[in-house]
Amino acid sequence: MNFDYTEEQNAIRDSLSKWAAQQYDFDKRRAALASEDAWKQNWATFAELGLLAAPLPEEFGGLGGGAIDVSVVAEEFGKALIVEPYIPTVVLGAGALKYAGSAAQKDEHLNAIAGGERIIAFAQAEPKSRWALNDVSTTAKKDGAGYVLNGQKAVVLGAPQADHLLVSARTAGGQRDAKGISLFLVAKNAKGVSTRDYPTIDGTRASEVYFENVSVGADALVGGADGALPLIERIVDEANAAYCSEAVGCMRMMTDLTREYAKTRKQFGRAIAEFQVLQHRMVDMFMASEESYSMALRATIKLGESEQERAKAVSAAKVSIGKLSRFVGQAAVQIHGGMGVTDEMRVGHYFKRVTMIDATFGNVDYHLRRYIALGGEARAA
Amino acid sequence: MDLNFSPEEIAFRDEVRAFIEQNYPKHLKGKVLREDLSKEDFLAWHKILGKKGWSAPAWPKEYGGTGWTATQRYIWLEENARAETIPPLPFGVSMVGPVIYTFGTPEQKQRFLPGILSGEVWWCQGYSEPGAGSDLASLKTRAVREGDHYIVNGQKTWTTLGQHADWGFFLCRTDPNAKQQEGISFLLIDMKSPGVTVRPIKLLDGGYEVNDVFLDNVKVPVDQRIYEENKGWTCAKFLLAHERAGIAGVARSKRNVERLKAIAKAETGDDGKPLIEDDLFQRKLGELEIDLASLEMTELRVLAREQAGKGPGPESSLLKVKGTEIQQRLTELTLEAVGNYAQPFPRGLGSNEFAVGPDYAGAAAPVYFNWRKASIYGGSNEIQRNIIAKMVLGL
Ligand SMILES: Cc1cc2nc3c(=O)[nH]c(=O)nc-3n(C[C@H](O)[C@H](O)[C@H](O)COP(=O)(O)OP(=O)(O)OC[C@H]3O[C@@H](n4cnc5c(N)ncnc54)[C@H](O)[C@@H]3O)c2cc1C
Repeated sequence: MNFDYTEEQNAIRDSLSKWAAQQYDFDKRRAALASEDAWKQNWATFAELGLLAAPLPEEFGGLGGGAIDVSVVAEEFGKALIVEPYIPTVVLGAGALKYAGSAAQKDEHLNAIAGGERIIAFAQAEPKSRWALNDVSTTAKKDGAGYVLNGQKAVVLGAPQADHLLVSARTAGGQRDAKGISLFLVAKNAKGVSTRDYPTIDGTRASEVYFENVSVGADALVGGADGALPLIERIVDEANAAYCSEAVGCMRMMTDLTREYAKTRKQFGRAIAEFQVLQHRMVDMFMASEESYSMALRATIKLGESEQERAKAVSAAKVSIGKLSRFVGQAAVQIHGGMGVTDEMRVGHYFKRVTMIDATFGNVDYHLRRYIALGGEARAA
Repeated sequence: MDLNFSPEEIAFRDEVRAFIEQNYPKHLKGKVLREDLSKEDFLAWHKILGKKGWSAPAWPKEYGGTGWTATQRYIWLEENARAETIPPLPFGVSMVGPVIYTFGTPEQKQRFLPGILSGEVWWCQGYSEPGAGSDLASLKTRAVREGDHYIVNGQKTWTTLGQHADWGFFLCRTDPNAKQQEGISFLLIDMKSPGVTVRPIKLLDGGYEVNDVFLDNVKVPVDQRIYEENKGWTCAKFLLAHERAGIAGVARSKRNVERLKAIAKAETGDDGKPLIEDDLFQRKLGELEIDLASLEMTELRVLAREQAGKGPGPESSLLKVKGTEIQQRLTELTLEAVGNYAQPFPRGLGSNEFAVGPDYAGAAAPVYFNWRKASIYGGSNEIQRNIIAKMVLGL
């Protein structure tokens, strides 16, 4: 067993956290959120720091790292509440290409992602699909050599910044059939693609995306036709592992900030940190953060195992981190008293972020059900 | 013992239901409470009730109350919750009103009670300060007597809806040398007085419902002090107990359970069936309903005690803790129910606002975040537990 990060991974963490401390502090972040294109500058920095290239193959401009590298970056994103669409681009978009793209697709897009010139958003969820990855009504009908796409995608994270969309669409079968789903990579400016962009409550950006008779060539297909669900499951598992690491970063910050606040806030002539009921709650926050880190790490490491092991570990992490981050968020706000519910304090923003991570690609109930369906730990023995 | 309504009580229920049906402003139907309501929206129903003489059912009849029994008042709240009316704000009717008729002079009663009943005057509560939250008695805002005036200096904070207030009731220190609780006076301040500045505070849901209030050499006539000088803590404590009882919000929570069920019927669960049929969701909903039934029964017991002439005691702390925990769980389950449509926040776009997803989804996350306040205000839930520990259990 070895729990050490490599030198490269430590270097990535250090350079990212140093940059964030200087260029992405709370006020700069706030200003960036209010601006239309401040994110572009940040994205260019991510390219410079090698964050975008980190998990990509060396032959396509990457640094040849993997999921651990992503988890390191994601945790730092969590700590600094960085909202740029890193996971959609590097884990979901690049992931699909890495595992199933043609040589030409990889060459064109992975290099561009590594260099910071391509942002991809995953247009997967639909207005009525909730988190079911197999529930796909958007259609892609064969048309000569290519396809024609029609349908609506919901809450597509990162779509406002993206130039390309990875789209799940039905090429065969009924709305919830596992078979008959295909993935397409579509330029956002393709004719017939339109979006309604909006901020999310935690400061990221998303869109409702509409496809109206969007014609794409056969070369837009990523992987084979009709059989994309296992690939979707895989990249979404990888994204969820990364989101779990991001949540861990948020939880650690909430725990730290709350401890600092409790040590300085005085009521009844003493620091509120002296009240034992609050001490125990802060201890629980600390323990929750540690447990969450363990679960995120476990999920990340198991991404490379069998489909079933991978899925179980990721769902297990989503379940425990969903619950624990809710506890930590609520406790952090509570211990801050009235200050905790203000926009001015950072804790509330971390609380919003972890809450929205729970609502991304399946919440606690969704993953508990999935975990049980996969046989839990018992059947694996 | 009997939990059923008598025929007279059923007749009463039908009467108030019909009254609400006929008189509640049509344009305010279904307006969710948290959506930025205007001052007029907040006051509309209050003013109608004021004319009818129903704006303060809990007050003694001689001061403008309805003379209803506790059961009738309970029915009244139920029917208002059922119709989702915008209730009169608590600051006048439930807080300062009872303080004035209990501790005020005849002149003060005459001067202030009518405006509270009619909804003409908007009140805000100036208790908390940046340094005095849970430890309210450590408040520093100073009132110095100069002839027939006090000169008030200090800062209040978290003043709910102070941006609309005509008047505020303030706790101010009049004797800095006395023991903490013994040097405080209860002053009524006209918010238009020179030296009063109200500055809104943005909350994490993006809304503005609380304020900082700065008091800079504000001149307050002595006849706007309620009760004796340095005896304001008596009024404050009396009022806090009243505030807590109302905070349980049982009737509203029952209504919100119905709302949640409607959402769960409209939403698709993970397995493709309606969410309302989802076993994990059903379990949480069931547990919530059961806890709410328990809270309701407990509240009825407390009401019955009050009816028997024993005012709200430390038990009201129990209602506050359990009531707010249930309110928060309801917002939590509603958030879960709307799935990934919890995320969009088009409100941030200002004028370009458009709804994303089903119309019930947009408020789920802001309300969830906003409602964390419930376990903080009105005396935090930790403080309520301290009260029960000390006052009830004698620990
Ligand atoms: C939305 C909102 C509206 C409000 N409206 C009004 C209003 O209209 N007028 C008004 O006057 N005030 C209002 N308040 C203020 C409210 O009453 C205070 O926020 C509350 O009393 C807590 O004080 P604080 O925020 O300073 O927290 P603090 O007192 O600093 O408490 C911080 C934390 O320490 C805990 N703590 C403190 N003391 C103890 C102890 N002895 N034992 C264990 N734990 C302890 C608290 O429970 C809390 O978790 C409002 C607050 C909010 C959030």
